[in-house]
Amino acid sequence: MNIVVCIKQVPDSAQIRVHPVTNTIMRQGVPTIINPFDLFSIEEALRLKDQFGAKITVLTMGPKMAEQALRKTLTFGADEAILLTDRAFAGSDTLATSLTLATAITKINETKPIDIVFCGKQTIDGDTAQVGPGIAVRLGIQQLTYISKIVSIDLDAREIIVHRCVESGTQVLKTKLPCLITLFEGTNVIRFGTMTNAFRAARYKLIEWSATDSGISDVSQCGLRGSPTVVKKVFAPSARTDKTIFISGETPEIISQTLIDTLFSSYPSLQKDLFDISSQGVSK
Amino acid sequence: MIESSRLSERSVEIDERIATYKGVWVFIETDCGHTNPVSWELIGEGRKLADTLGVEVWGVILSAPGDVNYDVAKDAFSYGADGVYLIEDEILGDYRTVPYTKGLTYLVNKYKPEILLLGATILGRDLAGAVATTLTTGLTADCTGLRIDVESNSMAATRPTFGGSLLCTIHTLKARPQMATVRPRVMEMPIKKNNRTGQIVNVNLGMKEEDIITKVVDYIRGQDQIQLAFSDFIVSGGRGLGKIENFRLINELATVLGAEVGGSLPLVQAGWIDSERQIGQTGKTVRPKLYIAVGISGAIQHRVGIDGANCIVAINSDPNAPIFDFAHYGIVGDAIKIMPSLTEAFRNRINQIVV
Repeated sequence: MNIVVCIKQVPDSAQIRVHPVTNTIMRQGVPTIINPFDLFSIEEALRLKDQFGAKITVLTMGPKMAEQALRKTLTFGADEAILLTDRAFAGSDTLATSLTLATAITKINETKPIDIVFCGKQTIDGDTAQVGPGIAVRLGIQQLTYISKIVSIDLDAREIIVHRCVESGTQVLKTKLPCLITLFEGTNVIRFGTMTNAFRAARYKLIEWSATDSGISDVSQCGLRGSPTVVKKVFAPSARTDKTIFISGETPEIISQTLIDTLFSSYPSLQKDLFDISSQGVSK
Repeated sequence: MIESSRLSERSVEIDERIATYKGVWVFIETDCGHTNPVSWELIGEGRKLADTLGVEVWGVILSAPGDVNYDVAKDAFSYGADGVYLIEDEILGDYRTVPYTKGLTYLVNKYKPEILLLGATILGRDLAGAVATTLTTGLTADCTGLRIDVESNSMAATRPTFGGSLLCTIHTLKARPQMATVRPRVMEMPIKKNNRTGQIVNVNLGMKEEDIITKVVDYIRGQDQIQLAFSDFIVSGGRGLGKIENFRLINELATVLGAEVGGSLPLVQAGWIDSERQIGQTGKTVRPKLYIAVGISGAIQHRVGIDGANCIVAINSDPNAPIFDFAHYGIVGDAIKIMPSLTEAFRNRINQIVV
């Protein structure tokens, strides 16, 4: 099989802090990681490689430092890693990003036809979940989002059966290869890298593609210029106008009693609602 | 990623060609006649945008044929829609990306709305991404605020960014429609007015089942989901609880109140609670009457999930925690010491009422 996995290097959002005075992002020292949702895709691709034999190419668009994330995927067992990096890509929104990735995937496909493209369900910094569907539309391949399980693949018939999570249950879908899959979280657990792969990853000469190398003929479709959405303002949320009323007291008992008294006198309906719900709970 | 100073140098000018796009649309998400309430929340929000622009609000229903579609349309009118585009076809019985994308993009190209809103549900996200790319227009995900920028007559969509630590306002330039998704429960449910009526326009999909590659071969109904989004009372825990054993303090108070239990993102990441119970930007958005946040610092990521709560009580040992910027009542102190007595005090109060 020929598999492409699209990943993104993201700041570890758990460690992002906002400067308390200037309200700006403090980026210094925030470590970058592979978008956690992409790890499910990498592992699923590796499992297909174990089962069917496959070449896995990992693709990312980003600055030079995204090389670290790509190298990391090689330690897990990916075969090739391509970094799409060009000044023309800067400022891409999801529409422009899907164009760049889809164009590069088309180029990979020309060398050897692709069976499956994997993307993360969404990234933890943008949280849009839009790039995967965007790539599928541009490539004209079947779009399978929120997949919780690959049930079977029949390479001769070029058919794949998957479980897809929906609001109220699970759809079982059958479709044709090639397709684009985004995986539901918790589908698998990423394996540990091996020593052999780690040595290979360290020595590996990363493939770097500029806009031209990627096959993009019109750079005005990429980056800021190719992005219909524009960020006009970034700001910290304002505090509510009515200030928090602080409840204090000498003991936890006094604090608790004061809170309940204040609460029920300020929100008289709350007591009635609470009583209704609690008594229902008791009668069960 | 986002260099705001550089980006805002681009002016918000609307191309004349796109001035032909008029009206606000809401994609109405239905499943066998059951409508996802987020669609009504969006009609309410769409109504406000349309009134500012002086245009109409229309709903879009894609469904298998059935009388029930006309009931859904009637509901749409009651919630504020002026009309509904209805495509009925057996092909649209189960959601699949390709026929739904085809139907919606066909309608957009034919009737040209300036704004198209969808729920940020599993279906809505799958569809919105495909539709926006097909139409090569801008799409802003998970908006927490929508308004019309009167200067440019374009939609200003606000959403959390940088993992939910800041908010940003996004405009779609030089492309129409301006698309946005909004998560369920973020917007208020509009008041239903049963005497409102509207127009229904029937449109054909013009697609054959043979043309669609993806088939739905089975459907496995899931377990009943936790109704966190619709709970009136929620007790929620965060990292400030210190260790997993202390989470029982949350459960105990919730039991006494008949409340649902929730938690912040770090607790899901630590495996203390199921992701189904996560409240915040990447979890559920809730609108309870009473929300008790215990040991939750109140990062934006969490805040956007509880902005619709009627009353927020926060217990946190850090007096500078951001949660005290938006909680109604605050207790600065050790949650481990306060929770048992708070639970006891609520229990006593409820017992008094019962007797």
